[in-house]
Amino acid sequence: MLKASATKKRLFGFIILGWILLLVSDRIGELRQYQGAFVAMYTLAIASIILLTGYSGQLSLGHSALMAVGAYAGALSINNFKLHPAIALVMAVLIAGIFGLLLGYAAARLSGPYLAGTTLALAVSLPTIANQFPVLGGEQGLVFDIGTPPARLGEDFSQYQWFFWISCLSALIMIWFLVNLLGSRYGREFRALRDNPTAAQLAGLNVGRQKAMAFSLSAGIAGLSGGLLVMLISGVSPSAFPLSLSFLLLAGAVVTGVYSLKGVIIGALVLVAIPEIAESVVSRIGGSEGFTTSLPGFMVSSLLILAVLFAPNGPGHLLHKKKHLKL
Amino acid sequence: MNQFITAVLTSLSSGAIYALMSIALVLVWRSTRVINFAQAGQAILTTYIGYEAVTRSGSYWVGLICAVISGALLGAGIDRFFMRPIFKRVNTGPIVMIAPVVATLALLGIIQAVIGFIWGLSYQIIEAPVSTEGLNIFGSIIAFSPFNLMVLIAVTLSMILLTILFQKTNIGLALRASAYAPEIAKLSGIRVDAVRTLGWALAGAAGGLAGMLYIPGSNLYPNAMDVLLVFGFIAAVIGGLDSLFGAVAGAMILGFAVNFSASYISYKLVFPTAFLILILVLLIKPRGIFSSSKGRKD
Amino acid sequence: MSLVVENLTIDHGAIRAIDNVSFTVPSGQLAAVIGANGAGKTTLLRTLSGLKESKSGSATWNGNSILGKRAEDLARTGIMHVSDGKSVIAELSVKENLALAGLWRKDKKDVAKATDEVVEMFPILGQRMSQTAGSLSGGERQMLAIGRALIARPKLLLLDEPSLGLAPLIIEQIFQTIKTLVNKTDLTVLLVEQNAMGALKIADEGIVLNLGTVVAVDSAQSLLNDPAVRAAYLGF
Repeated sequence: MLKASATKKRLFGFIILGWILLLVSDRIGELRQYQGAFVAMYTLAIASIILLTGYSGQLSLGHSALMAVGAYAGALSINNFKLHPAIALVMAVLIAGIFGLLLGYAAARLSGPYLAGTTLALAVSLPTIANQFPVLGGEQGLVFDIGTPPARLGEDFSQYQWFFWISCLSALIMIWFLVNLLGSRYGREFRALRDNPTAAQLAGLNVGRQKAMAFSLSAGIAGLSGGLLVMLISGVSPSAFPLSLSFLLLAGAVVTGVYSLKGVIIGALVLVAIPEIAESVVSRIGGSEGFTTSLPGFMVSSLLILAVLFAPNGPGHLLHKKKHLKL
Repeated sequence: MNQFITAVLTSLSSGAIYALMSIALVLVWRSTRVINFAQAGQAILTTYIGYEAVTRSGSYWVGLICAVISGALLGAGIDRFFMRPIFKRVNTGPIVMIAPVVATLALLGIIQAVIGFIWGLSYQIIEAPVSTEGLNIFGSIIAFSPFNLMVLIAVTLSMILLTILFQKTNIGLALRASAYAPEIAKLSGIRVDAVRTLGWALAGAAGGLAGMLYIPGSNLYPNAMDVLLVFGFIAAVIGGLDSLFGAVAGAMILGFAVNFSASYISYKLVFPTAFLILILVLLIKPRGIFSSSKGRKD
Repeated sequence: MSLVVENLTIDHGAIRAIDNVSFTVPSGQLAAVIGANGAGKTTLLRTLSGLKESKSGSATWNGNSILGKRAEDLARTGIMHVSDGKSVIAELSVKENLALAGLWRKDKKDVAKATDEVVEMFPILGQRMSQTAGSLSGGERQMLAIGRALIARPKLLLLDEPSLGLAPLIIEQIFQTIKTLVNKTDLTVLLVEQNAMGALKIADEGIVLNLGTVVAVDSAQSLLNDPAVRAAYLGF
């Protein structure tokens, strides 16, 4: 049947991609390995936004908080419950997912600006809870140590390459799962939610539950990316999850095209590339400290506005349009 | 008892400032159906302009006037040259729902970055025109200064002026009509676009005033008013996005809740308290406490 | 000073709502546009008043084109559109609703005079001045909407189904008022109605629309007597 072979093809494609990344990781330097890990992490985070906003039509500015939930869950799993790091990442997904489910049920009754603002408030308030409860480590935060690479990978296998492997593997598994999900009946249901909730309800969809499920799923993926983030910075603290992170993710999603998972890696690449580009700009033309610190934010915001104005439905659509115009 | 009085007074003065921000948000919401996240950016930028005016002229009042006027101009400019083109360009596809939100967020980012470019990130000070030391009432010092009093008076005056404007003048009628029913307003010959820009100008002025009343108690830096954005938004939602009265009432409720919880429970729980109130209101009365039952469909 | 519509075509999304429609309404006359639901009557009015864009064709009032202009500018030149159903602002008082049409007018004395005339025409409005428009009955709201339009001293009045949802007695009252206005002043009226009988009885001219095209243009009297029209729209 056509469908079965499409799924098989997809799985094959992901496995091949995995192998390519494996081989590539041997050839690039440590900096690129580290950056590559960040790209994988951002890919997951952006995918979670695309799922929630692009597919089920709920705008959330609070994904930094969701990442924090996953991150803290992961850290506590390793430090306090002595779980294996891989299990810790799974816990990150689960705990964030449960949190997202609760949040999703509350959020299901909210629309548009109310949802946006509420998630904004969440993003700002959740990290401050860490200051209140000592088990969460306060301002300094907690340590997050994913462990060193196993010995059998050889002496030349650096910590950064290990990060790269873990991030890419997690991302590949999650995204493959997500793509399959979105191609199935659930994906169609989500899209129905987004485009016409009234009609969806009339067609028998339990809109509230679907919305909460989408939220939960999105939260779980965000939680995983949060776990990966703190793995990469070796520790979790409230300051790792500022409101600007939520904004960054949203920007990445819009720039990629928030309505489709295609090309989600591009958004992640952009997010990782911008600080580098900003650095080279500054080293070339110089500038005050204010300029240096503010430049990346300026670039991201400008990119976002340009995307909204000129490629609102993603750069893919833009190319599509151009092709049609030529004919 | 002292703690109680202090809490009440600080609640009043914080509530007053939240009220200005939430009024600004409600003004824009009613006329354009957009939550202007960039409001905090506009407010802080105009406060920097006020700061420059204060530094050069040596007078706080000159700075205040400059901030309010530049706030109005900036608000009008943003509506005319930023929001209108965006609405015109982006009118197909599912992006329509989130484009305005994303646009105002991006604008916030740009404004804060530009402030960083021009003024840098270090803290600046704007001196208050009157004392910020606690008043001495019957021998004991309370945490309420002449400046806090000035803030209350300024905000109350603005409230009164705005109410008169909206309820008693022709322009106010045009503003209300355009917000409630833009089509009917157009068919009556009202230039709805111009009226909407006026709404943004008023909102911008309110934001500028808020900044100049807020900063003298603390420091001026690009992200100084982010907190006010969140609180202003929560206040507006609690009160019901459709009414100015609700905006003020919501701000007061929030001010009291936040200050009392900070005073009696822990100052670290300020944000979670605010968030909790928001969730409670949204779950019980999603359209806001003071919205009318024949509320407008969103 | 006539309304001349030539080959007007209007799209509503993917649907061609008005297809190549032409008619003329001479100055000072009352023309009724009748047709079933979905015939495109409302779309036609919305385009003539500037709320909607047309695809092709022309429409002129007094020799000047009225297409592609902003609704508020057309309103200021004396073309008033009373849209169906929701034509009053429920949150504002009756007095404030009436004041809307005069806000931009410079001659405040005439605005006051016109308001008095409207209250004379519809006394019930005078009694309810400070009540919110939302608390009025359907008929009163219609009177308020028409009254508001009249305060702007329009030259061309576009009425969209004023009888919708109203009791027969009120409909009669409103139709008579419109007829009197047309007779006594140089007001030109384009009256869109589903109530074909009532509309044709007071009209000078009738335009029958079906699925976006004009199927008949004639004097109202001829249309009333036409058996095909009677069968399709008048019920006998």
